[in-house]
Amino acid sequence: MSSNIKIKLMEVCGTHTMAIARSGIKKLLPESIELISGPGCPVCVTPQHDIDKAIAVAKLEDVIMTTFGDMIRVPGSRGTLSEAKMHGADVRVVYSCMDTLTIAKKNPKKKIVFMGVGFETTSPTIAATIKEAKRQGIKNFFVLSNFKCLFPALETIASSKKIGVDGFICPGHVSVITGTHAYEAVARRYKKPCVITGFEDMDILKGIKRLAEKIRDNSYNVEVEYKRVVKKNGNPKARNVLNAVFKPHDSDWRGIGEIKKSGLVFRKEYRDFDADREFNIKIPKPAPQKGCLCGEVLQGIKSPKDCKLFRKACTPKRPIGPCMVSAEGTCAAYYKYES
Amino acid sequence: MKAEIREITLAHGNGGKLMHELIEKLRIRLSNNILDELTDAAELRIKGRRLAFSTDSYVVKPLFFPGGDIGKLAVCGTVNDISMKGAKPLFLSLSFIIEEGLEFKVIEQIADSIKKEAKKAGVLIVTGDIKVVEKGACDKVYINTSGIGVIDYPKRISAKARVGDAIIINGSIAEHGMAILNARENLGFKSAIKSDCKSLNFEVERALSTSNNISVLRDPTRGGLATALNEIAEASNLGIEVYEKEIPVKRSVLKLCSILGFDPLYVANEGKFICFVNGKDAKRIKRAIGPKSKIIGKVTTTNKREVVLKTRIGSGRILPILETDQLPRIC
Repeated sequence: MSSNIKIKLMEVCGTHTMAIARSGIKKLLPESIELISGPGCPVCVTPQHDIDKAIAVAKLEDVIMTTFGDMIRVPGSRGTLSEAKMHGADVRVVYSCMDTLTIAKKNPKKKIVFMGVGFETTSPTIAATIKEAKRQGIKNFFVLSNFKCLFPALETIASSKKIGVDGFICPGHVSVITGTHAYEAVARRYKKPCVITGFEDMDILKGIKRLAEKIRDNSYNVEVEYKRVVKKNGNPKARNVLNAVFKPHDSDWRGIGEIKKSGLVFRKEYRDFDADREFNIKIPKPAPQKGCLCGEVLQGIKSPKDCKLFRKACTPKRPIGPCMVSAEGTCAAYYKYES
Repeated sequence: MKAEIREITLAHGNGGKLMHELIEKLRIRLSNNILDELTDAAELRIKGRRLAFSTDSYVVKPLFFPGGDIGKLAVCGTVNDISMKGAKPLFLSLSFIIEEGLEFKVIEQIADSIKKEAKKAGVLIVTGDIKVVEKGACDKVYINTSGIGVIDYPKRISAKARVGDAIIINGSIAEHGMAILNARENLGFKSAIKSDCKSLNFEVERALSTSNNISVLRDPTRGGLATALNEIAEASNLGIEVYEKEIPVKRSVLKLCSILGFDPLYVANEGKFICFVNGKDAKRIKRAIGPKSKIIGKVTTTNKREVVLKTRIGSGRILPILETDQLPRIC
């Protein structure tokens, strides 16, 4: 393959970012191929305001807050859920949202609130939990919906001249749910080939090779290199569950801003489970953080190394921006694996 | 900007950077030339005899887990700390802190397990203590054991590796941490993963009697293999290179780690040790330790105070010290 054309590929997903850093793939690539990281870490793109709100709910007297492990150390503008826990709030890490229902049944006098974050990989399981809660008539279970939809964000990036991505390395696990159809629009409309691939070293290398070939051949389509799990039509059952409980809504992405129809809100039939409606917490939006480049990093415009806080004021131990907190955040990956 | 951490957090006990900072705060206050070495066991000289002395507390949850229990752990943990000084462990003390309400049968079961493991390791429990605290003041039962052993090895086993040393490990990593996590969190994974918790004194004895060129012995417990290697690189002011494809990890452990987003290199072990020995003796030591042992790396003069992992696909990266708790990922 000729190497005189420079190409910029974006790995959309945080799991890919981590796998690339962990295996040292970047060091093996020719200079003509640049890999940049995208917005695919759900913890990282959750705005501070939503975290502040979750903390405010967690601090309420009769609340038990549950969430996934990554979320508890993410700083809002006034601390983290982990700090709230240290000071007495009942915050519990769960591995599956279904565990929250067990907690709800054991604590009938408490309100159990699940702080929900995640993309299409995660959100259908939460929707299924909500359906199950309704079926069982559980009245003390609520969800803070901070879910995000990948494709509106992908379109924002694909259409940005500033970012200038030539192709996308797309996440295998999201695609298991969504199928390949949604990528087709991005590939055709914006002339950005997409390769859906797995998370092993060889999967990623093969994905990069196929993308480079597609760019060379001007072939703007979608290819699945992860055929062992991704089907063209995805998982319609999971999507139906998701669509039964939630509907798309405009949503704020930390560091990026509002993206049309990129979040999920409760449908009327399930609004009894909506924590926003139940608690109606109003807190002011915090001022943007000074010096933190997470917004640019999430869009692939800047690298963590461009940030003055990186490795100095901002470390995994004392993270300032979200990309340093999540194990799959770009800054954490750079901090850990690239020196 | 975030303020300095003022309170002790769980991450201060995980074997990573914060724990080192806490240890340093205490060491400065209590400093003497034996303590300052900060090895798992102290080497003492009493009337010409060299003794190893160590103490450790056990707070594992759940008390009983696949592959062991708090009693077994309390024996082999301290036996191993003494062994890592190149000593033969002989005597242990045993203290219980018990929460009121604990059933007698639980404490009896733990005592039986202690007896069994002590017999296996060839050590005697020679003194002990019991305290009972009110409900909520501790979680069921905590155990402390201290131990004494004698050192006959002609050279001093320290924290410092030497140039030309090869690194040998006695078997596959990350089993204790993942077994505990699976049991503790009720993850519902039907898994055969068992804690590797065992006394290492006889394996260490075989290594010691094979070569007089062993420089460092270390059991990579909290913080896992990566943290232990980093501590040794730092203390030796030398570099360490390890080969990903040589580091043994069972497939079941690897899979559970990958589902939960853990890096096995940072997951705790309770029945593993690494031995730094002059490269020329490496194969003999490997044979002496046993068939599951592997040569996983070497000490270098480049990349001082750092650990470099040569990845499976032929690239390389720095293997840093654990900064905070590893958290399960969400997607």
